[in-house]
Amino acid sequence: MNITREEVIRVAGLARLDLDDKTVDRMCAQISEVLGYVAQLNRVDTQNVPPTSNTLSLTNAFREDERAAHLDRELALSNAPQANDGDFIVPKIIQE
Amino acid sequence: MNLCMLTIQQAQALLREKKITAVELIRAVMDRIRSIENKVGAFITLVETSAMEQAREADRRIDSGDSSVLLGIPVAVKDILCTRGIRTTCGSGILKNFIPPYDATAIQRLREAGAVIIGKTNMDEFAMGSSTEYSAFKVTRNPWDLSRIPGGSSGGSAAAVAADMCLGALGSDTGGSVRQPASHCGVVGMKPTYGRVSRFGLVAFASSLDQVGVLAKSVYDSALLMRVISGHDPRDSTSAPVPVPDYTRDFKEGLKGVTIGVPVEYRSLEGMDADVSEAFSKSIQTMESLGARCVEVSLPHTPYAVAAYYVIAPSEASSNLARYDGVKYGFRDPEATDLSSMYCKTRSKGFGPEVQRRILIGTYCLSAGYYDAYYKKASQIRTLIIQDFKKAFETCQVLLSPVAPTPAFPIGEKVEDPLTMYLSDVFTLSANLSGIPGISIPCGFSKEGLPIGLQLMGNHFDETMLYRAAYHFEKATDFHLKKPQL
Repeated sequence: MNITREEVIRVAGLARLDLDDKTVDRMCAQISEVLGYVAQLNRVDTQNVPPTSNTLSLTNAFREDERAAHLDRELALSNAPQANDGDFIVPKIIQE
Repeated sequence: MNLCMLTIQQAQALLREKKITAVELIRAVMDRIRSIENKVGAFITLVETSAMEQAREADRRIDSGDSSVLLGIPVAVKDILCTRGIRTTCGSGILKNFIPPYDATAIQRLREAGAVIIGKTNMDEFAMGSSTEYSAFKVTRNPWDLSRIPGGSSGGSAAAVAADMCLGALGSDTGGSVRQPASHCGVVGMKPTYGRVSRFGLVAFASSLDQVGVLAKSVYDSALLMRVISGHDPRDSTSAPVPVPDYTRDFKEGLKGVTIGVPVEYRSLEGMDADVSEAFSKSIQTMESLGARCVEVSLPHTPYAVAAYYVIAPSEASSNLARYDGVKYGFRDPEATDLSSMYCKTRSKGFGPEVQRRILIGTYCLSAGYYDAYYKKASQIRTLIIQDFKKAFETCQVLLSPVAPTPAFPIGEKVEDPLTMYLSDVFTLSANLSGIPGISIPCGFSKEGLPIGLQLMGNHFDETMLYRAAYHFEKATDFHLKKPQL
């Protein structure tokens, strides 16, 4: 199973990662190798086998919708790379 | 005897009898760290000042008759668990300045039990790795041979316990990240049942597989630590509302009447080291000599576990790690001029190569047109693996296997070869896929003197049985008493 350079670049775009040419080449080879190994899953017949996403078969965990303690606003903002007046600051989104 | 070499059980008794103080104990541990940390490199952050304060507080509480179970006991914590006011990096450049505003539930429970947190241990970035070499900060060395890896991803915690730089430690285990480093460093490593310990405040890697675990010098210590951190937590919707037993409850029972299953598929594995095979065979004999009945069982879907895991774990990781966008916390690349380039530059500079590799694999597997072929297929195989275990536990209470196919490998050997690194997880990741508990205990040494671990796996929420079998094995052997020469 070989993944092409174009596919690596497309997927990197989806994941918001910038890869330089050398990294694209390396990722191409390494990811192809991993996907090649993973391809053996196709040898197993899984028709009518339900997928598992939770090993405990838990259903929704409900709770009463009540007010409870929460993080103080200043504290919640304390790790922000940029904050001002109680808000997170990000670069301009809409260009003129 | 240097106090840092005590087990928690021994230290607890000495503290209660007032033969030692918590301050003396913490001082001994800090002296030990000062003398060998430059060789081992187990810690990312040390908090000596607050540890000494907590030790003085512990001594006051002991004097007033408080008998909280971990009062005054120095514990190290993997840098993946949020600690209020103490930097928590997850081994990543993207979180290098992150100071959590709250404690993880496991940390809160440690504190309530009186434990003294001495520092945060090194790990593979976001717990992705089996050698701790993918840390953005430093290389951790195996205390038994400084040219070798300590295992991973909880390598700092395992090395710290093995080298007496703490009395016990917390780790996390998504595919073997507690058990494998425990095996490589010659200590006891427990990954409990999925849902046993709250994941609140545990930085997420693969949410359906992640579980907090403990590393300790003895089976008893492990059971003690596990009991403290176990239990339902309303802040984690996947934490199980089941009662927590005293895991040492059945230590007085022997192993007569216990049936131990040995999976045939694990015995014919390619690339198994001869010393590991031999230690494993001897361990089966030891269990039999203790009165257990050992039978062959079959886990026919074992050959597909690694492949299924390396679809599911990266897929969940790619989704979880989308939160690192440079907005709310963590690193932001200052060169970015617009929002889109801020995301890309922040993530490309903030994440290391293995994390980027897994994000790419996961994003690919979840992307339009590939979901059914990868994530869904792997999740179906996961069901078959769970059915294998269910069937096996109809005939036995414990499953026995090696922890890793080889002892600790040399630093640098597999760092550029991800698939080979992934294959070394073959024995451990089935327990994560199926949610069952697994424990690694020392069971021998290689010809070069490297520790070898034995894995015991049990049915969901049957940690008590695992601890019982592990306890009797430990009592009958002396591997856990040997110490690395540093």
